[in-house]
Amino acid sequence: MPLVEMRDVRKSFGSVEVLKGVSLSLEKGEIVAVIGRSGSGKSTLLRCINALETVQSGKIVVDGIDVTAPGADLNLLRQRAGMVFQSYNLFPHLSVERNVTLALKLVRRMDQAAARRVAEQVVTKVGLADKLQAYPDELSGGQQQRVAIARSLAMQPALMLFDEITSALDPELVGEVLRVLEEVAREGMTMMLVTHEMNFAKNVADRVIFMHEGRVHEDGPARETLAAPRTTELGAFLSAVLH
Amino acid sequence: MNYNFKFGALWRYQDEIVQGLLLTLQLSAVTMVCGLVIGLGVALAAGSPRRMLSAPARVYVETIRNTPLLVQLFIVYFGLPSIGIKLDALTAALIALSVNMGAYSAEILRAGFESVRRSQVEAARSLGLTAGQAFRHVVLFQAMKAIYPALASQFVLMMLATSVVSSIGVAELFHQASFIDSRTYRSFEAYALITLSYLALTLVFRSLFSGVYWAVFVRRPRR
Amino acid sequence: MIREFSPADVVYLIAAARWTVLLALTAMVGGGLLGLLVAVLRIIPLRPVNWLAIGYVNLIQGTPLLGQLFVFFFGLPLFGLSVEAWTAAALSLSIYASAFFGEIWRGSLQSVSPRQWEAGAALGLTYPQRLFYVILPQAVRISVPPTVGFLVQLVKNTSLTALIGFVELTRASQIITGATFAPLPVYLTAAVIYFAICFSLSQLSRRLERGLHAAR
Repeated sequence: MPLVEMRDVRKSFGSVEVLKGVSLSLEKGEIVAVIGRSGSGKSTLLRCINALETVQSGKIVVDGIDVTAPGADLNLLRQRAGMVFQSYNLFPHLSVERNVTLALKLVRRMDQAAARRVAEQVVTKVGLADKLQAYPDELSGGQQQRVAIARSLAMQPALMLFDEITSALDPELVGEVLRVLEEVAREGMTMMLVTHEMNFAKNVADRVIFMHEGRVHEDGPARETLAAPRTTELGAFLSAVLH
Repeated sequence: MNYNFKFGALWRYQDEIVQGLLLTLQLSAVTMVCGLVIGLGVALAAGSPRRMLSAPARVYVETIRNTPLLVQLFIVYFGLPSIGIKLDALTAALIALSVNMGAYSAEILRAGFESVRRSQVEAARSLGLTAGQAFRHVVLFQAMKAIYPALASQFVLMMLATSVVSSIGVAELFHQASFIDSRTYRSFEAYALITLSYLALTLVFRSLFSGVYWAVFVRRPRR
Repeated sequence: MIREFSPADVVYLIAAARWTVLLALTAMVGGGLLGLLVAVLRIIPLRPVNWLAIGYVNLIQGTPLLGQLFVFFFGLPLFGLSVEAWTAAALSLSIYASAFFGEIWRGSLQSVSPRQWEAGAALGLTYPQRLFYVILPQAVRISVPPTVGFLVQLVKNTSLTALIGFVELTRASQIITGATFAPLPVYLTAAVIYFAICFSLSQLSRRLERGLHAAR
């Protein structure tokens, strides 16, 4: 059984249809890069998987949870599918440690000491062990985004969703975040990333999904698809972003 | 100018001044609490998608904010008895002040909760927190931080505005000025002294409020 | 003699409201001029002058307007000045307004990014050129909505002058109440007139603020 299964998903904002019947599936351990122009529906796709958006029709099943069924356990879903945002969204009033431990304590019901051990472990993994007691506004954008990844990792999700997580960063800070992503990828995490980093997509992702006008326009192995696009739209998109 | 200022003659009335001061503090405290309760209810109603709730809430806020407190006070104290609601001066004052404060705090609370970005709730929800947990642990603190300064300055404005209830005979601080005036015929000194005692109150409250702000919202606990 | 509350009384109240408006306008002009001075004294790089302006603002914003009214009402005659309620009312409302205008305008001036000064300097503009062509136009745009918003406070606060005997809308209501013993309709009528003036100003302020955000 695939980890994520989407069938004919449609999503509109008012009169604008953003997803016009999207079907795809994701196996455990797969790393998928979602690319496409802005407005192509790629971020919405990700947000639908985590039920941050409700869809008009179609079916989404994540790790055995039917997201689109009425009364679905969305809190359980969100524990299984972690999400990292473009704008980090760290909680500004909490230290790095408490950003990480908040959900562990409230959702996982861990005690303080256990949550703290997990926090130390994941924050060390993203290379910020010395920043455990710092507050978000004392960190650079790259550091904040690494904390956001650690916060999501701490929940031990089956799947992680990354929504353009390097787009708000200064160019010199992109590298440190991508290195953390590679590290997470090496450990076998199932990942779905909306990204503009084509080199990263080519080198780290197994598979590329090209979204165009609300549909999956191309879907294939990362290297081959990016090296030899089958459709003119992907070709045009790639030459626009690479030049 | 050959007027001799005689502030000394006023010292005999320090008991009256202290009593007035205490009543002003009580009025302000009760108004703050009642105003916040009304404000919270009105802010929730105004934000409701149901027009049955939101329309009256907006009318209330606009009506109160666009008419003078003094006229509101006169309507409650002098006007209501003609439809059979007779209130003593203190009760009328508390009602008028609380209803007035309610409208201002509703606006402050609404703006405060709107200032917390939706993305913060999304981040909390995407970690598996329930809506209630997200509100309590993520939204509330940030909203309070945004609301607190506005509420603190509104409190000072309201505390100063309680002086108008002297006009219906409530013996709060400002009322003591006319009392002392009537006993000493030292009008200027009496009003100047009382007016300046409000300044002392304002300064005390402002530093108290900024101390609390620092302790609660700025100081960062590190273990 | 007691008589009924009649349409003639409504006309009388509306006529009295012109004193409310006139007083607010006077305080707007007087307070505006003084407030400009306060704003300037707050920002020029001269510490003692800054402190003086801060002290002034704190004194006015830290005491009740009602108290200021009475202090002027009883204080002016001691200096041999007029004992008319109008003089005390106009003077103290102007001073009251100047403290608030001063703070609003200082805030507007300081909210223009310092980089705008640098950008002006980088283009070779002189200090006055930078001030008048770069900074002030931006600051004025920012300051208009809160300034209009404060006018609402000013109009409402003119009602306090009734308590020193100046005959504007609220005092006129008290007088009619004395003649008709119909306080509820009288004060409600007064409230409606205040509302008409203040609500228009509030809406204007809101529209200006929206326009400001839309223009960015």
